[in-house]
Amino acid sequence: MNLDINRIRRDFPILEQQVYGKTLVYLDNGATTQKPNVVIDKICEMYRKYNANIHRGVHYLSEKSTQFYEESRQTVAHFINASSNKEIIFTKGTTDSVNLIAHAFGDRFLKKGDQVLVTALEHHANLVPWQMICQKTGAELKIIPINEKGEILQDKYRELLSDRCKILSLTHVSNSLGTIVPIKEMIAQAHAYHIPVLVDAAQSVQHIPVDVQELDCEFLAFSGHKIYGPTGIGVLYGKTEWLEKLPPYQGGGDMIDDVEYQKSTYAEIPLKFEAGTSNYVDAIALAEAIKYISNIGLKNIAAHEQEILRYATEQMLKIEGLKIIGTAAQKASAISFTLKNVHNLDAGMILDKMGIAVRTGHHCAQPLMKKLGITGTIRVSFAIYNTKDEVDVLISALQKLKQMFN
Amino acid sequence: MTINEIQDQIIAEFDIYAEWLDKYQYLIDLASDTPAIDETYKTNRYLINGCQSRVWLHATLSKDGSISFSADSDAIITKGIISLLIRVLNNKKPQEIKETDLYFIDKIGLSQNLSPTRANGLASMLKQMKLYAIAFDAKQN
Repeated sequence: MNLDINRIRRDFPILEQQVYGKTLVYLDNGATTQKPNVVIDKICEMYRKYNANIHRGVHYLSEKSTQFYEESRQTVAHFINASSNKEIIFTKGTTDSVNLIAHAFGDRFLKKGDQVLVTALEHHANLVPWQMICQKTGAELKIIPINEKGEILQDKYRELLSDRCKILSLTHVSNSLGTIVPIKEMIAQAHAYHIPVLVDAAQSVQHIPVDVQELDCEFLAFSGHKIYGPTGIGVLYGKTEWLEKLPPYQGGGDMIDDVEYQKSTYAEIPLKFEAGTSNYVDAIALAEAIKYISNIGLKNIAAHEQEILRYATEQMLKIEGLKIIGTAAQKASAISFTLKNVHNLDAGMILDKMGIAVRTGHHCAQPLMKKLGITGTIRVSFAIYNTKDEVDVLISALQKLKQMFN
Repeated sequence: MTINEIQDQIIAEFDIYAEWLDKYQYLIDLASDTPAIDETYKTNRYLINGCQSRVWLHATLSKDGSISFSADSDAIITKGIISLLIRVLNNKKPQEIKETDLYFIDKIGLSQNLSPTRANGLASMLKQMKLYAIAFDAKQN
């Protein structure tokens, strides 16, 4: 099916504007996506008509907001095909979700001599929390290496698997290189050693259909704002048996069953992990974003974005001195590159003034950049509303940029 | 020339360019004209923290009591910006540098780069130059 991208673009009011007198070309979708009207309107509607704290009041508004919040949980569960609503925990975002698992899992299951596995592709959000918990528990952090294309070395991965590994936490799609990691096979191999797996899906759920039962991962995390939803809301999926095994991460209201001054008993999942007032407004708006992309269809989105990725890669390779960093066979939505004699920061500043938003620098993946022997890259990352015309604008901007520095 | 006379001169130079790209082209040209820092100072010791690009800054106190700066960066526009800072503050007394208000940054439209979280760390460069002035000032008195 061919999507009507111009019609889709009209759903995103921010894209209509000009910056520095130039039509905005937004190619920083890996950092955050823009929001369709249905999401923006839902936030306004919630505050205008239905705002009340959830799970507490017996009054009309509280019942309404609680109902919408729990319906959103249902929408999320359906979106990633969780087997039950209670396997969906609302968090602040991917970082918060990873921290929750790292701390709750680490407290209960990690000790000196154990190992935690991550890949060399990880965003700091799926690296630093594990470093912290390893320092605390005495467990060892092992890194699965990659090749020069940015693909995980599967033979090295298999060598690292052992009974000492207690958890594997890996990205589904690399934020800096765009590599799609073959997680389904890797999860199955980890399970042969009874190793539970956390998937960082921050860069995948908006681009690729994700089915947690098919993947068979124990945990999966993603952010609302990268999937056309609001900031400050994210999701942690966990298999029921695992969420029940883990201790609570934070204490407070809503997560308790019975509280005395010296001890408390905790609520059932998922509320056990949702201490304090949840960000219910943004959770409800996130459900709107999910419905929006589900209506378009993840397969259609993937086809469109793959075509843009293919076209952009082809056009960029024609530019002399441009080197694409990350040439994995399977990529999603992002192209990282360097330009000969042009610092990535200089490129970003000039492109900005041409109305083109890109990301520059180390992309929160400093160890990866060091491994690749570079200080940073320029990254363009695409979303459903990007067009080939925008790629053409980027290409001529890069040509102009080269002239300015030569 | 005084610090403010140099600032006014820079503002007049940038006034010629209405387009952003031309202003940046001018910064790129300025960077190419700026003499490189002595290689011995391109070390971690002289690296300024807080920049997405690498910036090295070195200063010496001349016999007449004024400060002489040299700097370099691996990013060209960043180097162009530093060359402006050096042009304004070079060969000035520590006291003057400490007290100066660099209004030209705002006037030529670079103040967006002054935010402490901005990647090119203009604020960090300026802070480091003032720290040199404070240190030399303390040494003299």
